[in-house]
Amino acid sequence: MALRRLNVCVSFSWKMKYSTHSDPLGTKLKERQAQMMKKGLPVKKPIEGVKNVILVASGKGGVGKSTVAVNLALALSRHLPTQDVGLLDADIFGPSIPTMMNLSGNPSLTEKNLIKPLVNYNIKCMSMGFLVDNNAPVVWRGLMVMSAIEKLLRQVDWSPLDYLIIDMPPGTGDTQLSIAQNIPVAGAVVVTTPQEIALIDARKGALMFEKVGIPVLGLVNNMASYSCPNCGHHSHIFGATGAEKLGKEIGVDVLVDIPLDTSIMEAADGGYPIVISSASNNPLVQAYISLAEKVLSRLSAIKNEPSR
Amino acid sequence: MASENAQILPNVKRIFLVLSGKGGVGKSTVSTQLALTLQNCGFKVGLLDIDLCGPSIPRMLGLENSSVHQCAQGWVPVYTTPDQTLGVMSVGFLLANKDDPVVWRGPKKTAMIKQFLTDVYWQDLDYLIIDTPPGTSDEHISVMENLKSVRCDGAILVTTPQAVAVGDVRRELTFCRKTGLNVTGILENMCGYVCPHCSECTNIFSYGGGESLAEMGKVPFLGRIPIDPKLTKAMECGENFITSFNESVATQTFISIVKNFIIQQEENIDGSENQ
Repeated sequence: MALRRLNVCVSFSWKMKYSTHSDPLGTKLKERQAQMMKKGLPVKKPIEGVKNVILVASGKGGVGKSTVAVNLALALSRHLPTQDVGLLDADIFGPSIPTMMNLSGNPSLTEKNLIKPLVNYNIKCMSMGFLVDNNAPVVWRGLMVMSAIEKLLRQVDWSPLDYLIIDMPPGTGDTQLSIAQNIPVAGAVVVTTPQEIALIDARKGALMFEKVGIPVLGLVNNMASYSCPNCGHHSHIFGATGAEKLGKEIGVDVLVDIPLDTSIMEAADGGYPIVISSASNNPLVQAYISLAEKVLSRLSAIKNEPSR
Repeated sequence: MASENAQILPNVKRIFLVLSGKGGVGKSTVSTQLALTLQNCGFKVGLLDIDLCGPSIPRMLGLENSSVHQCAQGWVPVYTTPDQTLGVMSVGFLLANKDDPVVWRGPKKTAMIKQFLTDVYWQDLDYLIIDTPPGTSDEHISVMENLKSVRCDGAILVTTPQAVAVGDVRRELTFCRKTGLNVTGILENMCGYVCPHCSECTNIFSYGGGESLAEMGKVPFLGRIPIDPKLTKAMECGENFITSFNESVATQTFISIVKNFIIQQEENIDGSENQ
């Protein structure tokens, strides 16, 4: 009883503190509380020396985020040869970038004690895969993951970079929140395959970006169709029009359809991605270059939009 | 403390986890098909989906519009048939809108998984199959911690044949070793596609990676599942693939895994217990 009375008194005196002649009930208390709560959220701080951060994400696993991220980074670098492009593998548990970029080994430290990214094909890369043994699992709870992501963002010598492509892990959890809340992101590309099971998760991924205020630049419809190498018969193994329907539903365009082709997988597994291992007139290479052009065009449109 | 642990899955005879370091290799598809195969063999089965960010199981079983009810003993799982031989639990059933993303940090996920294991009224089950998300994070650590007091009979590792997938699954194998989880075996999914026009089989995602990993890791190789568009379609529409396409390679492989590795293992364990 005494405790309840004390709580009422405390609550009353708290309201009295904010009560004024013009606002006798202390309604501005709610604004004050909202201001105090906002202080708890992290402030977005840009990564030093990095101009634009682009996320390659999907709610779903195994749709080709890493393959798209690697080939997009290489296509951007090819399209803009005077600009610097970097690639961060934010998948702590299943890092694929070392295999795809044919990089391995322990990174060294610079004089300023920053981790030096490993470079191949003119792209600066960083991944958890460089810091742990090939067979060693990373069995970490969310807090450790947040800390690792923070280090991979800020304690790597990225500068100077015009574009940093971040290959995101599947899901909508700690990694996604840590990145969205801590750094300003220019835009996100959402990768999906045409099947409904993948679209459900891709939709969630896109809605998550909307919730955290990151513009979705567009969808990539990966593994869209398959041509039999023997007879040329065209089939839609994972479905046909799903990505287009999702795009219309959430008001986002499909930037490119990328076919399911063994050569993309072989190139990625071999550490010699298709954008650089095949001729530029190869339709698969053209698809990634088209994606790069559209991403740049969307980024430019967003920057030129009058702020709301 | 002992009485608290005794409440976790008291009437479940056998528990199997379906794991993969890699996303998108077919864990949910494999979990669902194994559960349906066991149900078809006459067992009472539970299927628990602990992929909180991407719960696929409700869709795969045509249960998207179902919701979970409460009884005095806890949450009642959603049953696929009136005879209640396959009960399913997923965060998908708890969302107000099925398109809502679940954007949770680790501690909230851990709490949810503990609830799935302690507060669901599974009743008597012969088998509980647990479908996991990719990786080795909060969900996996929570499940292992909560199942410490209960014997987990095995883990089925799913991979596709290509190197980037096998690399992640190799890590998952090490995770199983370190946590003392018995590995039932490795299953190679999306192994080959037969063109419907010329019947030529092409290994779109390479070939043999899973079998080599099983050999290297000295664990049983459970078999290969080809890319079957009928299976993909059945998953999209919530159709029972096992009963509708009994003659397909995929169904026969699942039946063989259930008979030779899951049920067989039970007989081996019972045999050794009786000695």
